[in-house]
Amino acid sequence: MTAAVYTEVKTPFRRPTARKGSLFQPVPVFAHSWPGSSTVMKKCSRCSKIATLHITEINEGKVDELHLCESCAKMYLNQPPSNLEEEFPAVEVEFAELMEEDEPEDNPAEEIACPSCGITYKEFRSKGRLGCPQDYIVFKPQLFGLLDNIHNATQHKGKYPKRAPEASQKQFELIKLRNELNEAVQQEDYEEAARLRDKINSLQEGMQEET
Amino acid sequence: MKLDELTKTSGEWLRGSGPETDIVISSRIRLARNLARYPFPNRADNATRKEITQLLGSNLKELERSNPLYVWDIGSLEEVDRQLLVERQLISRDLAEKDGARAVAISYEENVSVMINEEDHLRIQVLNSGFSLDECWEAINLLDDQIESKVTYAFSDQFGYLTACPTNVGTGIRVSVMLHLPALVLTKEIQKVFQALQKINLTVRGLYGEGSQAMGDFYQISTQITLGLSEQQLIKKLQEVIPSILEWERRARKALVAANREALHDQISRAYGILQSAQTISSEETMHLLSSVRMGINLDLIHELEIPTVNELFIHTQPAHLQKLHGEKLESADRNIARATYLRERLAESNGTAE
Ligand SMILES: [Zn+2]
Ligand SMILES: [Zn+2]
Repeated sequence: MTAAVYTEVKTPFRRPTARKGSLFQPVPVFAHSWPGSSTVMKKCSRCSKIATLHITEINEGKVDELHLCESCAKMYLNQPPSNLEEEFPAVEVEFAELMEEDEPEDNPAEEIACPSCGITYKEFRSKGRLGCPQDYIVFKPQLFGLLDNIHNATQHKGKYPKRAPEASQKQFELIKLRNELNEAVQQEDYEEAARLRDKINSLQEGMQEET
Repeated sequence: MKLDELTKTSGEWLRGSGPETDIVISSRIRLARNLARYPFPNRADNATRKEITQLLGSNLKELERSNPLYVWDIGSLEEVDRQLLVERQLISRDLAEKDGARAVAISYEENVSVMINEEDHLRIQVLNSGFSLDECWEAINLLDDQIESKVTYAFSDQFGYLTACPTNVGTGIRVSVMLHLPALVLTKEIQKVFQALQKINLTVRGLYGEGSQAMGDFYQISTQITLGLSEQQLIKKLQEVIPSILEWERRARKALVAANREALHDQISRAYGILQSAQTISSEETMHLLSSVRMGINLDLIHELEIPTVNELFIHTQPAHLQKLHGEKLESADRNIARATYLRERLAESNGTAE
């Protein structure tokens, strides 16, 4: 059995009550921290949305940190602890209400608006969705930290549009090859690694000649 | 292609063929893409959303493909039809329920669907039967290239394909497989699977995606990270992990048989018996019993039924499907009666043909 213990109560929370006829037991004392200016955004541990609820769970003496998005948090809170077969009760938790109570403190950087769609970083933070592709340029400094947190990376290494200019296509090819090279080395496939290194070198030479 | 036809057929991904189909129901890849010159759907006014829907809809319709795409305007569909598309995994609940101009393009075989104006301008999905991620990637990569030759995607050298939510930026890819894990649920080992997967940044969801509970012991395992790893690396990651989960499930099945074959056989036969004779039955009970029966077929304890039929029953006994079959709106109690009737008929049919 898992015993969920939640610490750090910051916001008064309306406890969900059991529905008639359901097997659901009200959740034990509940605690969480809402995103404030000091918290870094994390990715939901159950899906890929941005987590808005952070829970410390103690399982058999082991401490687990859980970061959940709004919809997964609803599921989590309404789930009878560690019982998969039981009915899933539809207890409503007023998240929007809770979010309002804990607005992050005013920070001038958070108020800068995207000239193209008008969204501010603060707005993005509360909604978890950006407004337009430009935002990746406007909020680049903030996004670096966020992306590093979510993906553990800040540089794309994958497919690129065929329409991309030739120079950036080569750039991508290089990134991809370096990536493959790392993997080959890790897997001790030295033959493949040597082949990749040659390819990288010739590509780099070609790029230097062009500039 | 008419939506009504969907209730008589079933998606290609349910056909139960391909590698490892005793446990792997389907493989799926989705790509999130956005147009460079428009705000993301959540920030676009309805006139702009309409423009986007029209632009993308007409382009998708005209792509030259061996499996052409048919476009539906979601807003003009009846609620039951929207729900039908959700039950068939062709659109998300979010797309069905949100407001504003939005559409979906679907191939006749139902293994390709492209949502327009969901969270991103485009959510491209390829869904195949069995453990077949390479085929999914090949198909979706081609479709993505085709679309990209018609419109300009939002893309940056640094961050890759730009998406409304930074959790999808980069490749915009989510690679997933749907697994049927009844033995791991029965032996209560499923929790360990979740924990192991979470540690390596893989996500577990229920049959109908985010926020859905695990009905019928179906679990979707998917990649989470989209930046810093290439599409191939992410696909490989899943390809490497899934076999050990399959092994785990098979071992649990063997253990169940070894521990008490009679009890297991009894439980499975009773499940089958209820499905064949119930007069009223809820969706949850149906899913639960079908799950037992499905495992029973794979363990050779039930012989007169085939996997594709069971796969289909999971989908065709969902509320919107039953209502489409009856041609009218059914209240919950009537649905339970309709569901029981449908199950009795279908199971009697397949008993007849298998003999
Ligand atoms: Zn979530
Ligand atoms: Zn913007």
